[in-house]
Amino acid sequence: MNQRFSTFLGTAGYALVGFACFILFWMFLSTIAETLPSPTATWEVARPYVLEPFAKRGEQDQGILRLAGYSLSLVAQGYFLALAIGTPIGFCLGLSRTFTRIFDPIIQVLRPVSPLAWLPLGIALFYNAGKEALEYGALFTIAICAMWPTVLNTAVGVRAIPQDFLNVGRVLKLSRTKMLFKIMVPATLPYMFTGFRLSLGIAWLVIVAAEMLTGKTGVGAFLWNEYNNSNYGNIIFSILTIGVIGFVLDRLMSLVESRFKSIS
Amino acid sequence: MSHFLELSRLYKSFASAKGPLTVVKDFTLSVSKGEFITVIGHSGCGKSTVLSMIAGLTDVSAGGIILAGKEVTGAGPDRGVVFQSPCLLPWLTALENVLLGVDQVYYTATVRERRQIAEYYLALVGLADSMERRPAELSQGMRQRCGIARAFALQPKMLLLDEPFGMLDSLTRYELQEVLLDLWQRDQKTALMVTHDVDEALFLSDRIIMMTDGPEATVGDILKVDFPRPRSRQQLLEDPRYYELRAHLITFLEERSHLRPASAPSAPPPTSPPAPATAAHRAQPPTRLRRFFSAALTR
Repeated sequence: MNQRFSTFLGTAGYALVGFACFILFWMFLSTIAETLPSPTATWEVARPYVLEPFAKRGEQDQGILRLAGYSLSLVAQGYFLALAIGTPIGFCLGLSRTFTRIFDPIIQVLRPVSPLAWLPLGIALFYNAGKEALEYGALFTIAICAMWPTVLNTAVGVRAIPQDFLNVGRVLKLSRTKMLFKIMVPATLPYMFTGFRLSLGIAWLVIVAAEMLTGKTGVGAFLWNEYNNSNYGNIIFSILTIGVIGFVLDRLMSLVESRFKSIS
Repeated sequence: MSHFLELSRLYKSFASAKGPLTVVKDFTLSVSKGEFITVIGHSGCGKSTVLSMIAGLTDVSAGGIILAGKEVTGAGPDRGVVFQSPCLLPWLTALENVLLGVDQVYYTATVRERRQIAEYYLALVGLADSMERRPAELSQGMRQRCGIARAFALQPKMLLLDEPFGMLDSLTRYELQEVLLDLWQRDQKTALMVTHDVDEALFLSDRIIMMTDGPEATVGDILKVDFPRPRSRQQLLEDPRYYELRAHLITFLEERSHLRPASAPSAPPPTSPPAPATAAHRAQPPTRLRRFFSAALTR
């Protein structure tokens, strides 16, 4: 057995201990609080969603991966919108002191605003779009909430570009575009990807809130519906699903991130 | 005779908390075409600032720089710069790093031709087998070889070298000095190098410019090094004149570099240096902390 595999087993072993503790605590809690379903009860209600993950039995009654797919596609759209807006803003902040002095205060004011606060504004903004208003509102909310880490990390990254690299560009008299794409962007990539990873985490947080309020099909909406159906087991099941997907997304992004870190 | 590079009365001041600080003062120097010039001085004396001004990376506060009949107003690929840290872009391979400049200078050449130029210079510095490697996979010495190839591949009017071997171990340094000298002889490039290594300066240059200590650093003395070329280190070490020149340089650096230039060229080398005075001159200006401690000690 090679070294890496055995360390992996070790890590997994410790993690299993943690999960076991969590389930024990859950079982204990469910014996005290009678509205809280026990792990077995949760599994019973969740079973049809897990065993047939892609089934479509009705508008809300669908397999869990199908539901997650809807959520992920909405998140992806909002997320890429966030990156497309956030990265250039980050570059402007990093490049220009004046730009920073003008716009940093307003960014710091908007950044802590909760997705729940943005959502009604988003829907109102696209009110004229009719049926699509909810979707656009959700996208707007995801994008505006998720973009801040990208903006701030990109700005930090641009400021951290070593003067030596810039001097190389100046000595070679690179054009502005070449300077940007051959030197500044590659030099900033590791920071940008840290931002991208944090942004993805936030985008995934926002989707649940957005779906709960807009009623769009997805994991978040499913959670809210099951609450309205007093089907508490599926609330726990949804929470676990959301957590696992968020974890997987974060792992994937940090894999990409570490690749870029090792290059530069 | 018109000179290839003329620095006339260069000044460089920086704004500091206590008003403008003049780092380089009244620096005048003429360099002929094909000459190898070394600027030597204590660290922090402003020699790199002079080089940076010629490179166009630092603005000139007063005075002017004329290179091949044209005033230098900014950075450009007509001056190949070799930086102290090789400054390769870590996300590009050795070849791509050289190509970045080649693409810029030979924009009319085909992709194939540009590649050939880059490969040619990389082969000259001994990196023929490592062109596809990234800087992280190269040793310090190999990186600096790549840096030298990048500068030469631009076919610049002149070379500017900012302590290019300062970060290398001495064996690698010797090797790279030979590489540099070979290339320089092949292309007959005018070169200006900043260093604090006396032997390096003697081995490479035609003239050595000794700079006085900063602030307000300027040309203290100029030493002509007329050993025949091509030079071999062995020959140099057997030549008694080598040691005379070396002694002259070291004497300057140890005893005279703090003197103002007005007296420096004519002043006879002090036979018995007033040791305490020298130490006082060389010491940094007393900071508040230092003054506090000296007061405490004398009490």
